[in-house]
Amino acid sequence: MSAAAGYNRRELFRRAAGLTALAVTGGPLLAACAGGGGGATGTASAVATSAGNPLGVEASAPLEVVIFKGGFGDDYAKAFEALYTKTYASAKITHTPTQDVTGLLQPRFNAGSPPDVVDDSGAKQIKLDVLHKAGQLADLTPLLEAPYLDDPSKKVKDVLQPGTIEHGSFDGKMYSLNYVYSISGLWYSGKLFKEKGWTAPKTWADFITLCATIKAAGVAPFCHQGKYPYYINVVIMDLLARQGGADIIHRVDALDTTVWDGPEAKAAIEAVYQLVDHDYLLPGTNGMTHTESQTAWNQYKAAFVPCGSWLENEQLKLTPDDFEMTFLPMPSLPGDKLPPTSLRAGADEPFIVPAKAKNVQGGMEFLRMMLTKEGAGQFAQQANAVTVLKDGIGPDVKLRPGTKSAVAALTAAGSDVFNYDYPNTQSAFDIELGNASTELMANRIKPDEWLKRAKSAAEKAKKA
Amino acid sequence: MRHRRYPFIIGFLIAPVTLYAALVLWPYLQTFGYSLTDWNGQSQEMHFVGLGNYGKLLHDEVFLGALGHNLLLLAVLPVATILLALFFAFMLNVGGRGGAGGVRGVRGAAAYKVLFFLPQVLSVAILAVLWEAVYRPDGGGLFNGVLQVLGLQDAGHPVEWLADPDLVLWCILGVLIWAGAGFYLVLFSAAMQSVPKDIYESALLDGAGRGQTFFRITLPLLWDTVQTAWVYLAIAAMDVFALVSTMTVGASYGGGPDHRSEIIATYLMRNFLFFGKAGYACAMGVVIFFFTLVLSAVALRVTRRERIEF
Repeated sequence: MSAAAGYNRRELFRRAAGLTALAVTGGPLLAACAGGGGGATGTASAVATSAGNPLGVEASAPLEVVIFKGGFGDDYAKAFEALYTKTYASAKITHTPTQDVTGLLQPRFNAGSPPDVVDDSGAKQIKLDVLHKAGQLADLTPLLEAPYLDDPSKKVKDVLQPGTIEHGSFDGKMYSLNYVYSISGLWYSGKLFKEKGWTAPKTWADFITLCATIKAAGVAPFCHQGKYPYYINVVIMDLLARQGGADIIHRVDALDTTVWDGPEAKAAIEAVYQLVDHDYLLPGTNGMTHTESQTAWNQYKAAFVPCGSWLENEQLKLTPDDFEMTFLPMPSLPGDKLPPTSLRAGADEPFIVPAKAKNVQGGMEFLRMMLTKEGAGQFAQQANAVTVLKDGIGPDVKLRPGTKSAVAALTAAGSDVFNYDYPNTQSAFDIELGNASTELMANRIKPDEWLKRAKSAAEKAKKA
Repeated sequence: MRHRRYPFIIGFLIAPVTLYAALVLWPYLQTFGYSLTDWNGQSQEMHFVGLGNYGKLLHDEVFLGALGHNLLLLAVLPVATILLALFFAFMLNVGGRGGAGGVRGVRGAAAYKVLFFLPQVLSVAILAVLWEAVYRPDGGGLFNGVLQVLGLQDAGHPVEWLADPDLVLWCILGVLIWAGAGFYLVLFSAAMQSVPKDIYESALLDGAGRGQTFFRITLPLLWDTVQTAWVYLAIAAMDVFALVSTMTVGASYGGGPDHRSEIIATYLMRNFLFFGKAGYACAMGVVIFFFTLVLSAVALRVTRRERIEF
């Protein structure tokens, strides 16, 4: 009798099931945790620095560029690469577009062989605080101190929009160049408002009054991207920043728990809660994705939507031609410390040079070339967005209505721009704050409870 | 020729076993190692923290909540799917009213089989998109649209299915059952067809009704298959990552609103990739691993019965 007869069908089933238990469940989850070995450090370039080559770039060293191919596409990056080749003709450039930065690069960071420039953006970005703590980011100070290519009498750090350096810094040193300058606030359709005879409100009280008018006209006054609480948090936190000024922004970022006991936070959250309390939300908006809610807004189903200035490019194909997308700075509350023109403006789309890259100098040089009029102009044309280069866009660049109104608002704001760091530096706190806001918008909790949750989230994040 | 057998077996096994060891067992072992460190996931620098991560898990409310949700799915998903699939399989194979004494399924059984199996050929991503449209929180969603047409719902206050803390987990469960029942229906059908017809015929002659036939004949003869199905479904209930992370509210892998659809896998991924707590995430992975292992062992042992040969 053969040995195979010793196994009956049932036995086989059991074994198969046992093996499957191992293979199916644990497999993907556990395997995700497995890292690689290695840890080679980048080789420092031996090329001496000079006036023409302040960063000491080795002309023939290959350059590997990884670009997040999202709303801005990746054509702009090819234009930058062409700029680099113009100066360093012998350098071989590798261009890799991706939508999954983590999937592509996490193993390479762990193995100590990352690329030379990374546009670390998108839903699958590798968090910068995590990379920084792991010592994977090159200090970009040499780039900031290098001469500006269009006008060598200036340094790169002198031609950046306010907040760019701070926003890309950890412990006082810049590690990421956030290239796209975007502003946040409310948006409406100029056409709809003209048609109905509504005027854009300046104060929050006017805003709430107008909401009543809008609702009476059969349009939902306000929608937000409920599936991702980031957007409604921008509204809440911007009202808070206006109330308390730079001091409160600093305290929020520093996880100061007393912020949430103060009158500023109470005023901000109670203002936003009025939208819920008066039932001014687009039905279903709390469960909608950004695309669903912004499209409903494009279809005139809702009057206002909160968003950053990438909105126009994001909704390009869904916006009616005569929509007249218009930016509105957040309406002001009584007792605001910052003026009503002030707004959240910040540098996004972080470009990094990995510390262990083979061509760190080339990576920084690439960033320096992005920060030129030619680079910024290319970007504005390919991606409908403004960069962090001050006055980077000449009068010859034609802007779409939404971007135009955003640039006008930015000019009106002057130096009164602000931004928070906590979304980048305190991920866990940010997530809990978002959860609380989701509950508030669905009217499952009241402002007092929101403040309690915000406080305990800050406490928890501080301990961790 | 006995001595020739082992080289023969080894020759066949060496490649798959090596692959399995390198790609499955070794990463498992690494994960155990990482779970004892404060590894942040982006470099090879880490410190040994002993069982600290496991201690923290015991006091992590979000983790315990997620574990609870997985256990709820574990309690409901296998039972619901198996009962539904068994019922359908029975109706499609032996549930029809026999005309001239023959045993057969209800009319149109073949078409039903194709229909029920269809969700199985869709990828999870398509399932998620499809069901997001069904659960859409405004009048454009299938459920809300129908409710509004029937006048059962105020258009100004629709049910926000996936954004409702009390409904979200059940919504996900519904998708899982819908997608899974077809596969088990086919599995059970195959098993039922291997049961000799004469057993059913004699039962019919003895005057057994549908219910009796099902409980006295079909179920006992299908026990092996049901057992396998249970193990597979239990494993599925410990995962559910794809659906929860794409369909539910919340930044980075969903799990909302307010952690009410959080499962271990989404919380693990958020800690691993978003918070940079990879060591902590690995500890969660180890917990899932043991849960699944113990569950499978228990399931197979408890349901062990005498085998009926036919």
